[in-house]
Amino acid sequence: MTTTQLPQLSAKDFGSDQEVRWCPGCGDYAILKAVQRTLADLGVRRENTVFVSGIGCASRFPYYVSTYGFHTIHGRAPALATGVKLANPELDVWVITGDGDGLSIGGNHMLHMLRRNVDLQIILFNNEVYGLTKGQYSPTSRRGFRSPSTPMGSIDNPIAPGAFALGVGARFVARSIDTLTPHLMGVLSRAHEHKGASFVEVFQNCVVFNDGAFAAFTEKGIAVEQQLHLEHGKPMLFGKERNRGIRLRPGSIVLEAVTLGENGVGMEDILVHDERDHAMAQLLVAMQPPQLPIALGVIHCDPAPTYEREALAQLGSTPVAELDLNALLRKGRTWTVPG
Amino acid sequence: MSSPSATRPEREVRDTVVIRFAGDSGDGMQLTGLRFTQETALAGSDLATFPDYPAEIRAPAGTTYGVSAFQIHFGALDITSVGDELDVLVAMNPAALKVSLADLRMGGTVLVDTGSFTDRNLQKAGYAKNPLDDHALAPYQVLKLDVTRHAMDAVDGLGLSQKEALRCRNMWALGLMLWMYGRSRRATVEWIEKKFTATPDVRDANLRALNAGHAFGETAEMPSHVAGYSVAAAELPPGTYRTVSGTEALSWGLLAGLKASGIQRMVLGSYPITPASPLLHNLAGFKEYGVVTFQAEDEIAAVCSAIGASYAGALGVTSSSGPGIALKGEAIGLAIATELPLVIVNAQRAGPSTGLPTKTEQSDLYQALFGRNGDAPLPVVATATPSDSYEVGIEAVRLAVTYMTPVMLLTDGFLANAAEPWLIPDADAVEPFPVRFRTDPEGFQPFMRDERTLARAWAIPGTPGLEHRIGGLERHHGTGNISYDPDNHQYMTDIRLEKLRRIALDIPRQEISIGVESGDVAVVGWGSTWGPIHQAVRILHAEGKQVAHIHLRYLWPLPPNLGDLLRRFKAVLVPEMNTGQLVTVLRSEYLVPAKGVNKVTGKPFKVREIVDAVRAALEK
Repeated sequence: MTTTQLPQLSAKDFGSDQEVRWCPGCGDYAILKAVQRTLADLGVRRENTVFVSGIGCASRFPYYVSTYGFHTIHGRAPALATGVKLANPELDVWVITGDGDGLSIGGNHMLHMLRRNVDLQIILFNNEVYGLTKGQYSPTSRRGFRSPSTPMGSIDNPIAPGAFALGVGARFVARSIDTLTPHLMGVLSRAHEHKGASFVEVFQNCVVFNDGAFAAFTEKGIAVEQQLHLEHGKPMLFGKERNRGIRLRPGSIVLEAVTLGENGVGMEDILVHDERDHAMAQLLVAMQPPQLPIALGVIHCDPAPTYEREALAQLGSTPVAELDLNALLRKGRTWTVPG
Repeated sequence: MSSPSATRPEREVRDTVVIRFAGDSGDGMQLTGLRFTQETALAGSDLATFPDYPAEIRAPAGTTYGVSAFQIHFGALDITSVGDELDVLVAMNPAALKVSLADLRMGGTVLVDTGSFTDRNLQKAGYAKNPLDDHALAPYQVLKLDVTRHAMDAVDGLGLSQKEALRCRNMWALGLMLWMYGRSRRATVEWIEKKFTATPDVRDANLRALNAGHAFGETAEMPSHVAGYSVAAAELPPGTYRTVSGTEALSWGLLAGLKASGIQRMVLGSYPITPASPLLHNLAGFKEYGVVTFQAEDEIAAVCSAIGASYAGALGVTSSSGPGIALKGEAIGLAIATELPLVIVNAQRAGPSTGLPTKTEQSDLYQALFGRNGDAPLPVVATATPSDSYEVGIEAVRLAVTYMTPVMLLTDGFLANAAEPWLIPDADAVEPFPVRFRTDPEGFQPFMRDERTLARAWAIPGTPGLEHRIGGLERHHGTGNISYDPDNHQYMTDIRLEKLRRIALDIPRQEISIGVESGDVAVVGWGSTWGPIHQAVRILHAEGKQVAHIHLRYLWPLPPNLGDLLRRFKAVLVPEMNTGQLVTVLRSEYLVPAKGVNKVTGKPFKVREIVDAVRAALEK
């Protein structure tokens, strides 16, 4: 076996020769850049990396990355990616999906991939709208959302992707924002590092059909007051002055935002983030501005055995080429008709 | 083989016999039939079986729709069908008698368990009065035995509950039938001992009941018209045999195909569905040979996982029945578009929608050929007999990996469950068709093709320098990049079709199974109708009729010589368990005046039905 010095690849090296065809100003561009930069930083091997997507704006993603890529059919990327991992667990697989692809038509597959804990990364681009089909409401659209298919406003209750993932047993749930590049890159690195299904929801702005959907916590000026950046083992502090914090309302299991030094609140009252705490993760993921800041970063991380490793551990070690098929066909009861 | 009974040296000789065991779904009739089949096969008979059971696991006891039956046709001659009518009916309750009596030949023997002919059971079966008391059974030889009481007596003292004791009735009946046909009990005894190792009292009860039934035949005062019978061994070609069901043979065929391809791993993505589930179960037993079975969350995930596995360099296989195949349709289109190998097994069942899950039919031919959006051609092959499933399994893998295409393999509920003796082939004789994954980056394009097969290169993730993107959007004929170019779409559509034409050049010429090379009537079949068609044509051919049986393994593309072959006959008759699907294809492909013989009762054709249809065609 010969060894060659692998050249250090730059973010640019992870770009394909295909022209990127998202709308000008689409949040997808920023996510693509963040992913390419993360891949370069992680020093992954292009030939070992596979992007699998479904259908939708986000799902064009694989065409723009210079690794292996499979643009499949609507909602089915998780199922297809599971097959990829069962065939070759050494591959580094990323599933790219959107709120419609991953939580409506493909909601079932998302559920089962997460509960099985297949070792791959899922990036769910949540823009709360169907972009590619021109603006219909999606399963994450809020009640009252007006769209071509809901002229009088949506009457569906929206699904919360993070709560869904935690509810079906995901062992890694994280959240970030399309244009929050350094933060997003950090989350993606953590997702990559995690062994098992890593679920990353990215708030992604659709400039054409749902512009400003996340303005309540992304607008300049208010963002710092409306975002809680979680770090394992660190107190849950936020705000420009870092004097705001999250605590459990005394005598309850309800989170509340408090200000240090006010009403006798001290650092000892502020919760310290523990990624392994599933119950706390469920509270954190449900926080909504403006009463509470939106929780970003790694909300839950608690590794468990991966699906493909357990599935493949059940296989025998004899290569098929050495299989004595004649012996197998004659196993059990046989009889001979003499010649 | 056992010697004829000492007490009844006058065993009558029979060439062939058809027996049906019928009872409640909870009476263990399938198991009884399988044990009888095993002993019969070991005695050297040729045989064919037909398990016929309701969709409900335990349908309400005593009802006609809860009747579970197992039919076996065996004998000293070449057996190809399950038998038109019964020589012996074992009716474990009134409902079984009611359902099956019409299939018993005049003068045939019916064994009834009188112990189950209670007022309540008679009422549930819809009998206004007890058929054992009137003349309803006059045309038959009736053997009234209180099987229930005999079985209870046999297990008395073992401390079983009434319910447990009653479950031994089937073994008592089996013991008697094994005696009647001079069959050994050895394999059954071994089977019982193995199955009930953990529950010695249940084991002993079953053994006692089996032996008691046998002893009853041996010693009891049987009615004068009931003799033991002797059925000689069939003159089968020499070699080592086993009984095999279509599902077993197909599992081994797929495994043999995997080995011949040189691919390291098979990934079966499947979702439980009747009657395809046994394939999932069988392949799940092959984990030691590198077979991964993935029970997916639904049919779509099942096929998608198989496609993902093929994309990553394994052999992707998915199995289902018609309703599941319908759900897989879009993903099959993806495999066609991305040109990835995939074997899709459809164990067909009856009817649209849920239909009749446990009944057989071959009405998914249109679905296999045409059931996808866009022009989406794929090869379709069908198994004809349980043992044929082995070869067809290998062939499906060969076509899939050689031509980089999904392949539809049609079997059906009858073939999946039916068993027959199988002359075990030499597995080493399978011609290898080694897969060579592309590794050379020089000049690589994902949609570059082999000149002969038109297969694109199989370049799997993990290979340096071959990184590329594929997908369901129409793609450039070389680079695989998204292409909306009109000429490119025309070209790619043509290429996908042309690939099928190349496959047609690579499959065997269509042969005649039996009969004349040209003449009056060609009887053309596919799938599990092979047995009855073969038998019917053999009878007519022996009479000197100018008839032939042509049976298609390749349904798409059709063998290139088929048109010429059909035109050598004045009439073409196509028996199918559907309303006429292959017949339409043949008419449209070859402009021949083919006519259908169609039946959709959920039961296989009777030989007589086909003989009658051919005779009618001959008289025209």
